[in-house]
Amino acid sequence: MKADDPRIHWIAEPKLGLAGSMYLPLVVGGLVTTAKHLLSPKVTVSYPDQEPEIANRSIYRGVHRLNRDGQGRVKCVACFLCATACPAHCIDIVGAESPWPDREKYPESFTIDELRCIYCGMCEEACPVDAIELTSLYNLTGRSREEMVFDKEKLLSVYDATHKQEPMRSAAHKGAP
Amino acid sequence: MSLLLVPLVKIAIILFGVMTAAAYFVLLERRVAAWVQDRRGPNRVGIPGTNIRLFGLGQPLADGLKMILKEEYTPAHVDRGLYLLAPLVMMSAALAVFAVIPCGSTLPPIPALGLQEPIAMLVAPSFDVGMIYVFALSSIAVYGVILGGWASNSKYSFLGGLRSSAQLIAYELPLGLGLLGVVLATGSLRLDAIVAEQANTGVWFALSQPLGMLIFMISAFAEAARLPFDLPECEQELVGGYHTEYAGMKLVVFLTAEFIHMITASFLISILFLGGWHFWGLTGNAETPITWTLAAIRVGVLFAKVFAVIFFFMMVRWSWPRFRYDQLLALAWKVLLPLGLLNLVVLAILIEVQHPQVAGGWLDERFGAGRAVVSWLPGWLLLVLAFMLVAWLRPIMTDNRPRTDVDLLDSPLQE
Repeated sequence: MKADDPRIHWIAEPKLGLAGSMYLPLVVGGLVTTAKHLLSPKVTVSYPDQEPEIANRSIYRGVHRLNRDGQGRVKCVACFLCATACPAHCIDIVGAESPWPDREKYPESFTIDELRCIYCGMCEEACPVDAIELTSLYNLTGRSREEMVFDKEKLLSVYDATHKQEPMRSAAHKGAP
Repeated sequence: MSLLLVPLVKIAIILFGVMTAAAYFVLLERRVAAWVQDRRGPNRVGIPGTNIRLFGLGQPLADGLKMILKEEYTPAHVDRGLYLLAPLVMMSAALAVFAVIPCGSTLPPIPALGLQEPIAMLVAPSFDVGMIYVFALSSIAVYGVILGGWASNSKYSFLGGLRSSAQLIAYELPLGLGLLGVVLATGSLRLDAIVAEQANTGVWFALSQPLGMLIFMISAFAEAARLPFDLPECEQELVGGYHTEYAGMKLVVFLTAEFIHMITASFLISILFLGGWHFWGLTGNAETPITWTLAAIRVGVLFAKVFAVIFFFMMVRWSWPRFRYDQLLALAWKVLLPLGLLNLVVLAILIEVQHPQVAGGWLDERFGAGRAVVSWLPGWLLLVLAFMLVAWLRPIMTDNRPRTDVDLLDSPLQE
């Protein structure tokens, strides 16, 4: 493309007034802006001393949990929809014949590799019974890779730890299985 | 004995003080940068092994330790001798400047140690070429930059070195012209004499020569290669400029020397234009007999001024964008240099007119006590005039994109 190409849209430089060509407004303006920010409240969260404020816990995508139904059983029906939806292939389910009369299958084992997970929330969207949910726990740490592979018991314990402050999203229709 | 010992003690104090100050000003720079950007900055490192944080005052120690432990890597493609020499040249030039910079006025005599005379608070007290020495050394510091850029054998370093050589040479001239007014008014190149003159008349040169101060300050920013004039090492274009190929302690030496340049520039601005250790009604003038309290107050006043100027340096860094290279050189050659000459000529005439032997003291007779104001007024008028002049003579077209209103193909230049 050459300089005289008709597709180039040339913009004229704005005309400077007397004050502008004396550089004063810009020089003073720049300093005023800096000085204002120097004294303004800081946005940094001093993390270990101060917990960040999570605006809406119900849409935050942190550590997963497996929800329990009204009788304290795992809600999951081992349909594998979450494992199929998962783009990182971090969910591993072993399904088995359900010991309860209200459903056919239940997960014998349910593991999520929290290190592989990209916290996209697709599993939560895919789940037909709202069994898997992402909580607002953001500071997940571990000392080994094995420790970061969460099994069913651990995922249920996350539910036990968080269901008070983060009620199940399907709590409105609790009657459903 | 004391002839040798006293300067050695002074040198030790100055070296230690300057290096420590540079380390802590790096911390201040980082904190100010953070505050301006609505962050908090490094505030964690305090006393090691405890939870005491002290607003991050341990950070320079941690930084220093980190840099010492870094690998001392020398790339294979460099010119080894010059590569090692460059940081040394820059650092020694930066430190040697402090031989003539007074850190206060004088200390009272200490007879217990055999010191019967008042002790001047600078290393070389009777060095008559003071300011010329400062200029000579600041020119040597340029060699450090150029050598570093050349010896690194890398395009980024080379461009950084080239830029800084052009920039620093361009800005030495207005720096000198801004200073000459002060030297003219004082009649001495010694920094302590310049401070004494301001203390005795009670008129800081910032008040009587504002244009000179403005020129000197802008040039000092450029000499210290601070934003908005940090072309030699602008990160967005040149990675690190002339020190791209440096690592470990050699890099630290470069960066510290740059910081010391800023401290030097702040000292010079405070001493030359802001009255040095003088403050009205607080420090007396140069004839006031010195006591320990007075000496402490004067050191306090001087350091407060230096601190304020450095803080201004840091604020400016985040206030204004970097100059384009042609604008940078145009500012030096087309604006600051003519204004510096104008300033010098006008000041020379003014000083001649105000001289009692020449004008027969008519200024004193007519204005009496109001003379101080009369002696300021021309300086400020000159400042306003200079600003108007720059605005009026500003090129109409600052846009350097290709012209579309001229048909180049039909122009006679094509033939």
